[in-house]
Amino acid sequence: MSETRANLNVFFALAAFGVAAPFIFPNYMAQMTELWLFIVFALTWDLVGGQMGYNSFGNVIFIGIGVYATAVIQVALLYDVGDYNAARGGGTSFVFNEMQYLEGLALGLPVSAIMAALLAVLIGSAVLGMRGQYFAICTLGLGIAAGEIAGGWEWIGAGSGMTVPQPPPAFPTTRLFYYLSLGLAVITFLFIGWLLRTRFGLAINAIRDDEDKAEAMGHYTTRIKVTAWAIAAFFLGIAGGIYGNLKRFIDPTDVAFPGQTIGVWMVLMAILGGKGTILGPVIGAIIFQFTKEFFWTYLLGWQRVALGVLIVVIVVFFPKGVVGYMRNRRAARLIAGQGR
Amino acid sequence: MSNIDLLIDAPILLVQLISDGLMIGAIFALAAFGMALVWGVMKIINICQGEFVMLGGYVAVWMASAGVSPFLGVPVAAVLMFIFGWLLYQTIIYRIVDHDLFISILATFGISIVLQQLMNEAFGADVRIAESGLGTWFIFGGLVTISQVKVVAFVLAFILGGVLVYFLKKSRVGQAIRATSQDARAARVLGINTNHVYAITYGLNAAICGACGALVAMAYTIHPYIGLPYTIRSFMIVVVAGLGNLGAVILASLGLGSAENIAGFILGAEYQLAFVFSLLVIVLVLRNWRLARKRQYLK
Repeated sequence: MSETRANLNVFFALAAFGVAAPFIFPNYMAQMTELWLFIVFALTWDLVGGQMGYNSFGNVIFIGIGVYATAVIQVALLYDVGDYNAARGGGTSFVFNEMQYLEGLALGLPVSAIMAALLAVLIGSAVLGMRGQYFAICTLGLGIAAGEIAGGWEWIGAGSGMTVPQPPPAFPTTRLFYYLSLGLAVITFLFIGWLLRTRFGLAINAIRDDEDKAEAMGHYTTRIKVTAWAIAAFFLGIAGGIYGNLKRFIDPTDVAFPGQTIGVWMVLMAILGGKGTILGPVIGAIIFQFTKEFFWTYLLGWQRVALGVLIVVIVVFFPKGVVGYMRNRRAARLIAGQGR
Repeated sequence: MSNIDLLIDAPILLVQLISDGLMIGAIFALAAFGMALVWGVMKIINICQGEFVMLGGYVAVWMASAGVSPFLGVPVAAVLMFIFGWLLYQTIIYRIVDHDLFISILATFGISIVLQQLMNEAFGADVRIAESGLGTWFIFGGLVTISQVKVVAFVLAFILGGVLVYFLKKSRVGQAIRATSQDARAARVLGINTNHVYAITYGLNAAICGACGALVAMAYTIHPYIGLPYTIRSFMIVVVAGLGNLGAVILASLGLGSAENIAGFILGAEYQLAFVFSLLVIVLVLRNWRLARKRQYLK
């Protein structure tokens, strides 16, 4: 119980910092927005990977669905998507006023969340029967295949990408997306924290510990697994919609379906913080985002090499993560205290 | 789908596609054989398989640009990559051999990113080839072209595979590798230094991939990001063929090569990679359904 309360305290401190941050660090808004989205990525990955034991490299498909669905809906409310992308989104003929822009966003984000969840149900019922490494590599293939297919589809701009609709210049987009992603991160954290305390949370932990036994105890394991993946996809869909708008330009493999960057990073963030804990992914995302920005600033040109080395080092030497390390230390202290 | 009509009107094109597919299939077979070796013996899935292919390719490119015949690049790449694989095992891989498979997937994924980016820094992101100076044969009145270097690569791939099988079956080290693969603990009891065996196995895999990469660089093209498709293809072939079934590996590779070429022609070259990755998903889903009917699981 005390750990739950400590988790909440840490998180509320963070959330309070998040609300105040735009006034304290106005120059780092983009990085901070990305941080909140990364927290959502890591938390939702951990729900399926850490808590349920299904390590997915393919959660980027839900981000990608969110990215494209939101952008397409934003455009489709006013213009023809094919024409818009054929004109590369630019020019003077495709303008959005403030109200139109907000309407597009307000419709696009929920719709992409629902689309992502539906896709998770569809794909999940086919692939979630696989175990362990087969699931991991199958989802890796799914993520990259999705990127390749999007890169060949002319209607959404194919390989040359799609530009996200731009609001009028005076519109405070930076702040809007900052608070949207902060809100999303807070809601995701509270929802997943609540979910893990229900019977459903116990069921997905049972699946992680011994799936055959969980099935023998009467759990409909496939149904539970699909539901958990759909919940993760729901939040990823919204996060994807925000992420696409944040990046302003949608490249099919670098922004929408970045299987080899964000797809791996979200796993890394969860492992770095502590797999299978609620606070771990949050801590991991914060450390990771700081390290990443540090590499991008000071190791320019070599940042991706450094990031790859970081992945290897963390996975090989620090697989339990920050939270796991702290728990081990606390346990060791307790045992030492008893012995005395 | 005008390309299908074209194929029906001129079936000779199919000969072209299948012959090209068979020749690249032999190269897939080499990489897949290496993956099956590491998977079977060390129980790790090596995601940087494709990056070893890419590194071997750059050895051949580098030798060709230095004026040496790229055919010499095949043995040189094999030797250099053996050393590289051995060193990689001694520094990193030995720490993850006993962990669960996911850790090995993630760690080798990290290594693959490092290698990709290093090569991108060193050689740039451009497409490179190792010029071999061989010509092209025209058959069926010039309708079907067969590049000689691809034939050489095809033959060399089979020779390499044969040498490898002979080595595993007959030599003392090969026997130790097979013993470790059957039961590592029993092998240790009988006095085999399994750590040493693992190092050699991993180096051997890197050497196979290096030679394979040199062939790719001569007969096809390489760039820093070709790795992942090769890894995925090897994985797919091993999943279809099973561990330790050499005939099936060759059949699956040749089949994959042809299927990929035909799909690339029908759907358009931009969808060829999408086809490979989608095929992986389809193969795994179908296999899973088949096993689920018997209440078994892929483990």
